[in-house]
Amino acid sequence: MARAEERAAYLFLLPWLVGLVVFLIGPIIASLIISLTDWKIVTSPNFIGLANYQDMLSDRFFWQSLGVTLRYIVLSVPLYMVAGLALALVLNQRLRGMYVFRTILYLPAVLSGVAVAILWMSLLNPDLGAVNNALRALGIANPPRWLSSPDWAVPAVVLMGLWGVGGGAIIYLAGLQNIPPQLYEAAAIDGAGAVQRFFRITLPMLSPTLFFVLITSLIGAFQIFDVAYVMGGSRGGRGGSLLFYLLYMWNEGFRSGRLGYASALAWVLVVLAAIVIIITFKVSDRWVYYESGDDKK
Amino acid sequence: MATTVKPWRDGQSAAQTFTWPRIRRLCGVVFVYALVLTLCAFILLPLGWMLTAALKPDRVPIFTVPTEWFPSQYWHWENFARALTAPSRPFLRYTLNTLIIVFGNIVGTLLSCSLVAYPFARLRFRGSAVLFNIVIITLLIPWQVLMIPQFLLFFNLGWYGTYLPLIVPSFTAGAFYVFLIRQYMRTFPRELDDASRIDGCNHFQTFWHIILPLCVPVLAVCAVFVFLGSWNDLLGPLIYLDSNEKFTVAIGMANFVTRANTPWNLLMAANIVMMLPVVIIYFFAQDKLIGGIASVGLKG
Repeated sequence: MARAEERAAYLFLLPWLVGLVVFLIGPIIASLIISLTDWKIVTSPNFIGLANYQDMLSDRFFWQSLGVTLRYIVLSVPLYMVAGLALALVLNQRLRGMYVFRTILYLPAVLSGVAVAILWMSLLNPDLGAVNNALRALGIANPPRWLSSPDWAVPAVVLMGLWGVGGGAIIYLAGLQNIPPQLYEAAAIDGAGAVQRFFRITLPMLSPTLFFVLITSLIGAFQIFDVAYVMGGSRGGRGGSLLFYLLYMWNEGFRSGRLGYASALAWVLVVLAAIVIIITFKVSDRWVYYESGDDKK
Repeated sequence: MATTVKPWRDGQSAAQTFTWPRIRRLCGVVFVYALVLTLCAFILLPLGWMLTAALKPDRVPIFTVPTEWFPSQYWHWENFARALTAPSRPFLRYTLNTLIIVFGNIVGTLLSCSLVAYPFARLRFRGSAVLFNIVIITLLIPWQVLMIPQFLLFFNLGWYGTYLPLIVPSFTAGAFYVFLIRQYMRTFPRELDDASRIDGCNHFQTFWHIILPLCVPVLAVCAVFVFLGSWNDLLGPLIYLDSNEKFTVAIGMANFVTRANTPWNLLMAANIVMMLPVVIIYFFAQDKLIGGIASVGLKG
């Protein structure tokens, strides 16, 4: 009986197992091997050991793309987490019509990256765009030139992302609504003020959610492509100011046809993602916990 | 970060009319509404500007000081038709192409993911915990790292320039959807399976006749997610499609914008058309969708 159940189980899993081998494990191994070759689309591959990884160290564009991506992470992740949480706290108020507001505020998160980038490119037009019109109206005579300026291109993308911060807020909101109200009641009886309740109850109870969002945003930052491609073009904007990591990898692999080098770039990305994932699992014991019966909801 | 309104009801001031806590509470309510309305304006005004721009005739500048947030003067609805039917940018063709990919992905995902979720949710077998952990790990791997070997694989299969590389992988059960469906399947009582076994159903029949019909709500959520994902996808089509007749809406839009002297009004019109299906589906499915996202966020 148990045997039959086991056999059935693996039969059901078959599509996934096939995909795991053919589209994941196979390509990962292939990618590792290709990364050790000098394969360009037009030439046959030669084994060159770790030379691609060595080249990376002196590749200006590699560091540029890593720098752009890290800069984006540093500017965006804390901002989006704080803004998302603040928005969730607002949306968590039990007021009439909150449902409608929630729907509107979440809307940008589902819109296509391409379409949103096109819209914001226009809004960020340095001379007559809506953003700079507003800044001038507020008395800033020389607002940033955003995408036309190498220094302001990444902040422009960060600003655009703020438009979609409702995406994170919805996750926090679910976390907030899962905090048992008795905790707040008990704290209120003990005389805890709003600030204390936030730092002593809300934040700790929300920590698994915060951590989940942190991890996904870190990995997500390395997957930014659409926005960079649309706003900066395939070469990554003025002076490479929007040369995000994935865009550079795509350029190397599919435009320059340097399959070996691009695979090495991919592997560096795997290692970076793996570090993040390992940290998640290490720390998740302390952070993530299931409330009893939570799954039954 | 101080919250002005308490997130729960405190009925303490119900009897008194003009007490200090009551006034404070009222101020809080007004403040929250003002805040939320401002935020909604931040979301909606850019969309209003986009519509304004899309409805302008060719010679009128799109960018104005002050910004025109709502259409007031010009109502050139024919811009939408012009944006969609230009021979160099056959947007209707793009739409059809995208829908083919979307449809293939929905069928593939729903079929494979519900099959794979079933044993994780309702069968006992050796290795289930390990395999499920692998599902979770694959959830975190950015697939883009595999784009080169996958490309070589599909290229050698002769699938370059077809929709197959964009559709076939969805038949191998994406981790995200397996996870979502499995969580849902776990909520049904065990007696369902037992009863169906007693009635003589094998595992597949139990899955197909008993469990799957109960999963329709979560499958609908998955279908919406898949729709959003593949409708919006740029990188995949960019890698695998090689000719204008095969392009998707996302590529069409990206090419439209990267061209020099873009007609902005038509660009914005096309942009609205690209957003429209997503917006419509979102408004119909939003409570389910938000619930789905929330559950992933909690249990990831």
